[in-house]
Parts: sequence; structure tokens; C-alpha cells
Amino acid sequence: MATIPTALKNYFNQTGEISLFAWRFMREAFRRPFEFREFLRQCYIIGYNSLFLVITTGFIMGLVLTLQIRPTMIEFGAASYMPQLVGIAFVREIGPVVTALICAGKIGSSIGAELGSMKVTEQIDAMEVSGTNPFKYLVVTRIWACILMLPLLVIAADAIGLWGSFLVETTKGEVSVRLYFNRVFATLQFGDLIPATLKTFFFGLAIGVVGCYKGFHSKKGTEGVGRAANSAVVVASLLLFVIDFLAVLVADIFFEI
Amino acid sequence: MSTKTVITESQSLSQHPERTQEGDPLIRIRGVKKAFGDNQVLRGFDLDLYPNENVVIVGKSGSGKSVLIKCLVRLVDVDEGQVVVLGKSIPSLDQEELDQIRADVGFLFQGSALYDSMTVRENLQFPLRRHSQRMRGQDEDQLIQEALENVGLAHAIDLMPAELSGGMKRRIALARTLILQPKVILYDEPTSGLDPITANEIIQLILTIQRTFQTAALIITHDMDCARVISNRMVILQDGINYAEGTYTELSASKDPKVKAFFKEVQNR
Repeated sequence: MATIPTALKNYFNQTGEISLFAWRFMREAFRRPFEFREFLRQCYIIGYNSLFLVITTGFIMGLVLTLQIRPTMIEFGAASYMPQLVGIAFVREIGPVVTALICAGKIGSSIGAELGSMKVTEQIDAMEVSGTNPFKYLVVTRIWACILMLPLLVIAADAIGLWGSFLVETTKGEVSVRLYFNRVFATLQFGDLIPATLKTFFFGLAIGVVGCYKGFHSKKGTEGVGRAANSAVVVASLLLFVIDFLAVLVADIFFEI
Repeated sequence: MSTKTVITESQSLSQHPERTQEGDPLIRIRGVKKAFGDNQVLRGFDLDLYPNENVVIVGKSGSGKSVLIKCLVRLVDVDEGQVVVLGKSIPSLDQEELDQIRADVGFLFQGSALYDSMTVRENLQFPLRRHSQRMRGQDEDQLIQEALENVGLAHAIDLMPAELSGGMKRRIALARTLILQPKVILYDEPTSGLDPITANEIIQLILTIQRTFQTAALIITHDMDCARVISNRMVILQDGINYAEGTYTELSASKDPKVKAFFKEVQNR
């Protein structure tokens, strides 16, 4: 078992290494050659293959959120504010954070395990000796795909979540589609949408960087692959909350939320 | 500190492929040192590999054999010493020059290292597309087909690596290595993890490839049957240096206590 100073040292070491890894991505992300074909393949895997999971969770979150809040709102005589409340809660916070956490679990672990397994079976070395920069081919493409796909997944989750919420509202309280969504969109402003969307790019960056870092530095054979996948999820999830907190702080300054 | 034992080579090489030690060596290693933390793996290793020659490096597990061949393509950086491959000093090359050298040096990895997410065809396409200028004017499909025919697996072109047996994976990896028509091939434990019959097939395939394409080969192994059949010259890597050199017959008859102990140990394994 690691002592506290060792654990702290490991923590700071890893933070530094992940930061350097992210910096290397920044330097390589805009340099030729661009592995466009692999990038598109990753967009398909990360985006399309996660869509069903994300919209299912979004829909259920919409249902549950409305079912949980509705009785309290009725108690305060504010049931008519349900669309506004759910709209703002979903777009600002629940949609981005829940989707990002699900993606950290699905995408982060899958990237960590895939790259980890490539590392221990020397596929990354094989790639390097065949004249390919594995960082560009494997890491840059995956991080770009995460950065670009996560906002789209969040938008899909938001939309489906609002439909879930509407379903509860219309079943329990006879609200028309037009009225419900008119109220949702009347309340939502750019100050809600822009920071919420911008932070999802950073969520994507965090999931991609941590997943790739853990896989790329996987050690100790198959046991290391499992560890890489597991710690990719843990570290990425933790990082998402830190980014979320910072994003809310910054948005508070610029958008007066 | 161990000293190097040089055993005179005999002239009888009739069971082995033709080889000469004429001309400049394709690979020249001088005084290579490599440490991982406190563990000094290589302590001044020397070796020359000449055209058409099969040199086998044997040694105990963890003796630094794989590290040594990885130094030749700069998958691992040497701490000290000279590594010259095809006339170029590997440690001082920039990335572009290194990639050019890597195209001339095939590398067969221990576990085959086929890309799991790609079909056999895509595995072979991968190095071709990376070196499209080098292979310009040659039909990609034809090159892939020929490479697979050379290893007797033309029918496996659309299979995924997960659908292949260990021996088939090794053959496909060999086809991928051959597709860029390298001048030197580095084999890292080519028969490890294979049953004796499949291992023998791979050994025969390596010999056929060497005869057909006139490539030189540096083979890392702890399979003494493989070493006996395939080598023109053997090097025992012990204590981080090329402890003894010679043909299999010469080394197996050596009176040097460490060499004797090594052969005794591998025979008892």
C-alpha cells in the first residue's frame, strides 16, 4: 500500500504527465499529415456507436427528472413552470454532465483498453516501424473525434430528454407539444446554450486525452489493459466535474447566469 | 565483468543458406549500452551483419535480446555506442530519414502484432500506403496478393486477425514485413508460442524467404532448434555483451564454462 507522500507524488506525477500529453496533442493536432480516414472511423465509433446509449439515458433522465420535480412544483403552485425548469436544467447541466459521464464510461474505457491492448501486443511499435507516427494516427484522431462528437451527443441527449419530460407533462397535465416547447425555448437564452455547448468540447478533450494517455502508457500485460480502462474512466469522470465547475465559474463572469 | 569469447568459425555451412562476409556490413553495432534505471541491460554489445547472412542471437530471458533489436530501428534509444544500419547512424537520424531506413528493415514482432481492427488485406495495405512513394507504379492489390502467396495464405485476405491461428498470424506478419521488400529482416522470437510443427514451418518459411529475396536476417530466439537450423552464425548474449560467437556446432562444443552452462540449461528446459 502506498504511503501518503508516495501517493501524493504519484498524483502530481500523473497530473504532470497527462498535462504534457495534452500539450503534445495541441502541438500535433494541427500539423500534417492528417489521418482523415482514421478520424472519420473514430467519429463513427465514438459518435454513432454511442448514440443509442446516450439518447436512451437522456430520455430516461427527462422522464425521471419531471416525475421527481413535478409534485414539489405542484405543491408550490408552480406546475406551469415545469417546461422552463426542465429546459434550463437539462441544457445547462444535466444533459452535458450526464452525457459526458456516460461517454467517459463507454468511450474512455474503450479507448484505454484498445490502446492498452495495442501497446502490450506491440501493435503500436509495429505501426512505428512501418513509418507511421502512432501518436498522430491513434491519439490525435481519437481526441479530435471525442472533441467533435461529444457536443453532438449532448445536443441529441438534450433534445430527447426534453421529449421525455414532455411525455410526463402531457400524460399527467394535458400540455400540448407547442405550448411545452414554446415555454422551453422562451426561457432558454444564448447565455444558457453557449457556455453549456462550449464546455462539452472540453469534456470531449478530457475524455479523449485521459483515455489515450492511459492506453498509450499501459504496462504489465493484460492486467495493465484492465487497469488502463478502469483508471481512464475514474480520472476522466473526476476531471469532468473539475471542468464543469470551472466552466460554471467562467460562464458566471461572462454571461451572468 | 565478462570477457568476450571468440570461437573460430568452421568452413562447413552446407546445411545453411549461402552467405558471405564480404562488402560492408548491413548492420554494425559497436559498444552499445542500455540501462533501464539501475538495470544495465546492455554493457557494450558489438555485432556485424553482412548481406545474405542469418545471425541468431541467443540468450536467457531478460538478457536484453529484444531491447537490442529494438535499438536497431530506434524503438528504444541507446544510451551509448554506435548503431549503423545500411550505412546510417540510427541515433542521429531525423524522423524522415529514420522512416526511410525503417522501410528497408523489416521487423517481425514476437506476438505477430497484427492490427486487430483491420482485415489481413488492410494490415498489408498499411505499410504500403505509408510508403506509397517508395512503391509508386506498383499495383497495390497485386503486391498484397504476391506477399500472401509467398507465405501460402492468399485465401486469408479478407479474414480478421482474431480468425487466424497463431501460425497463420505469424505468416501474415511475415507477409506484412516482406511487402516493402526490405534488405534486412529482424525477427523477435519467430517461433515462440507455436507448436513444434508450426514452428518448423515458420523456420522453413524464413529460410525460403532468405533464399528467394536475398535478405539478411538478425534473429532473436531462445529456441535452440530454430537457432541450429537457421543460423550461419550464432551470438550468445550474456551479461550484456556478445559473450561468444561461432556456428552452432562450434558453440555447442565449446569448452568455455559459461557457454557450456548455457547449452546445458537450454537442453534441460
